[in-house]
Amino acid sequence: MTVRKYLVILIVIVCAACGDVSLARGMKSFGAVTLANLPTLYTALLNPWVILGILMLIGFFASYLSALSWADLTYVLPSTSVSYILMVLLAKFFLHEHVTLWRWLGVALIVTGVGFVAGGPEATPGAHRHNRIETVYGPVGALGEVAESREEA
Amino acid sequence: MNHFAVWGGIAAVVITSTLGDVLQSRAMKEIGDLGLVRKSDGLPAVIRRVVTNGRFMLGLGFMAIGFFCLLITLSWGDVSIVGPASASLTFLANALVAHLYLKENVDRRRWMAALCVAGGVALLAR
Repeated sequence: MTVRKYLVILIVIVCAACGDVSLARGMKSFGAVTLANLPTLYTALLNPWVILGILMLIGFFASYLSALSWADLTYVLPSTSVSYILMVLLAKFFLHEHVTLWRWLGVALIVTGVGFVAGGPEATPGAHRHNRIETVYGPVGALGEVAESREEA
Repeated sequence: MNHFAVWGGIAAVVITSTLGDVLQSRAMKEIGDLGLVRKSDGLPAVIRRVVTNGRFMLGLGFMAIGFFCLLITLSWGDVSIVGPASASLTFLANALVAHLYLKENVDRRRWMAALCVAGGVALLAR
């Protein structure tokens, strides 16, 4: 993986966690929103934390799509689940929420899951459009492309 | 609301969310590396290619339906069951459908990753 690709995964993780935490921080200042006080939501949209949260989640979606354009779904989902860990840490140290032992166990399981995909390849050979083009010069794609061109000839 | 309705709702969330994720992944695979497309054709071309892709828009529609299914199911059952069950089962369903439909190489490592993350997400909601 290139540095750019690691950076995209990092942006997905940070934007997902910080986006949710910013939204939570903003919405906590308004109390519970019910059908009776629905217009509160319009006021909430002007809150700086809510605006930051929405911008972060837009950044998350853009970087998530970018990651899917060169990596498998079964690679992107586990590797970006680090955002759940970051969310727990932010909830504890920034929002001062109580984090139970079960949640720390959940964090440990997610870390284990990320460890399983971290060392493996990010994409199935030939599954992505650019991957197919790039592999003309690579060991797997080269064989496929050469075979195809010979068949056509 | 009875037990079957809640689990039916969870099943609806898992199915629609998985369809959304898988269709978007398929669309992105077709479009190609967005970074390279942006370098060669510019950002407007990237946005045009993404929003004019039928599978992407269909995936977005399923994600929206999944979100509303989640809201409805949350009104039927406890958040401590609906939240973790739908999130962790979606992880596993994604791995299965990615293997069958996207033809991704879901080897033992990726299955273990999906299982661990699904279990971890379930525990986070306790």
